[in-house]
Amino acid sequence: MERLLKIIGSWTLSRLRTMGHMFLFLANSLYFIFVPPFKFNLLLRQIRFFGNKSMLVILLTGSFTGMVLALQLFYILRKFGSEALLGPGIALSLTRELGPVLSALMVTGRAGSALTAEIGMMRISEQIDALTAMALNPIRYLIVPNIVAAIIVFPLLTAIFDVIGIYGGYMVGVKILGISSGTYFSLMEDYVDMEDIMVGLYKSLSFGLIVSWVCCYKGFYTGYGAEGVSKSTTEAVVMSSILILVWDYFLGSILL
Amino acid sequence: MIEIIDLHKSFDSQKVLNGVNLKIADKEVITIMGKSGCGKSVLIKHIIGLLMPDRGSVLIDGVDITRLDLKELDKMREKLGVLFQGGALFDSLTVYGNVAFPLSEKTKLSKSGIQDRVIQALEDVGLKGMEKKYPAELSGGMKKRVALARALITEPSIVLFDEPTTGLDPIITSSIHVLIKTTHEKYGYTGVVISHEVPEIFEITDRVAMLHNGVIVEVGIPEEIQNSSNPAVRQFITGSHEGPIEV
Repeated sequence: MERLLKIIGSWTLSRLRTMGHMFLFLANSLYFIFVPPFKFNLLLRQIRFFGNKSMLVILLTGSFTGMVLALQLFYILRKFGSEALLGPGIALSLTRELGPVLSALMVTGRAGSALTAEIGMMRISEQIDALTAMALNPIRYLIVPNIVAAIIVFPLLTAIFDVIGIYGGYMVGVKILGISSGTYFSLMEDYVDMEDIMVGLYKSLSFGLIVSWVCCYKGFYTGYGAEGVSKSTTEAVVMSSILILVWDYFLGSILL
Repeated sequence: MIEIIDLHKSFDSQKVLNGVNLKIADKEVITIMGKSGCGKSVLIKHIIGLLMPDRGSVLIDGVDITRLDLKELDKMREKLGVLFQGGALFDSLTVYGNVAFPLSEKTKLSKSGIQDRVIQALEDVGLKGMEKKYPAELSGGMKKRVALARALITEPSIVLFDEPTTGLDPIITSSIHVLIKTTHEKYGYTGVVISHEVPEIFEITDRVAMLHNGVIVEVGIPEEIQNSSNPAVRQFITGSHEGPIEV
């Protein structure tokens, strides 16, 4: 029994230490966002990195999410004779919930994992040590541009996901299932408020911070060798995905 | 001058440095040798301030860098140039970008001023004309030479070489040794070289220190080290697998 308690205590302490370390890393990174010199070139490069890596996957998942939503919602709404609400149903689901969450999960899998691997490789090949030895702060050079880029790019990718999703829903709802185009869009105007769009925006902003924070941290403090980088990359994707879903619930409860 | 006083460092329960004492005079080149994993790189990382000791001090020009805050430490690091084991070149930058990086980030030199310095540095290491290549397109020896050019570009007063010839063939190893010698003559830096290349390294170094069991067991000019009666030094120089150094 004593042995079991020791194991639990040691595990808890280790988790708390890691959490503290992660929050210190975040606080340090957020501090350097506001302290000049600002690295605009690096920021632009990382915006391109996130956008370029994730655009195709966002377009694909966005369109198919909209299409499958149209199919399922149409089936449910038909039971209540409310097929006309298909447009607003799709738009509200996408803008408030599915757009921010699914696009964040997709970017995590595509760009977030690449980010962890890249920073991890820089760590094991001593490039991060080289920056420090040159009296250049690696947080400012490597982490800050990624966090700011993610905060900028996530809402933009979410907006693209939403628009493509709504268009995907239109293709199925209007072109295949026969709802009129006017009904699909006009009721959307009536039911979707600016507040709904802002909920999605707040979510995607916070997901951008969470994903870049976790992925950068895991890469920055990666283990030894290729195995260490591989493990960090997996951990970064799993932890980011869980945090996205947990934070989505809490933020959703607050913003409802 | 670099002075290492009673330096101790452990990782979890593993003691790596167990009271290292070493004085390195200005403008001398000293080689630290010892078996793989004995703590040579850990020692050099303490001089850069990448690791902090459990006990002891590292004095650079009389200032204990283990007691400096981050800003003061960065100021001290401006005196250093480091050639890392694998070169540590930035993959996303060209050879030119890598060598120019410390100047463009840390000085207010004009673009043409930086260009002149980079071209000269690359010429010094025999890589003129390779400016547009990326690290992935270079051989191991070329990477080390680019890293050397980058380490020297700010004309530091102290240059640390962490196994500059590991993994290179004897001809390239010899060319890197010649480069260390010629650049030392040109720039007059204090050099700390970590190397296993005995006896070749003796030709370019003023003194040699042997790290064994976490302490410096012998320091001297190459002739003294070659004639040393210390069993660990003798075993290392002869490459024998029998002796106090466990394989």
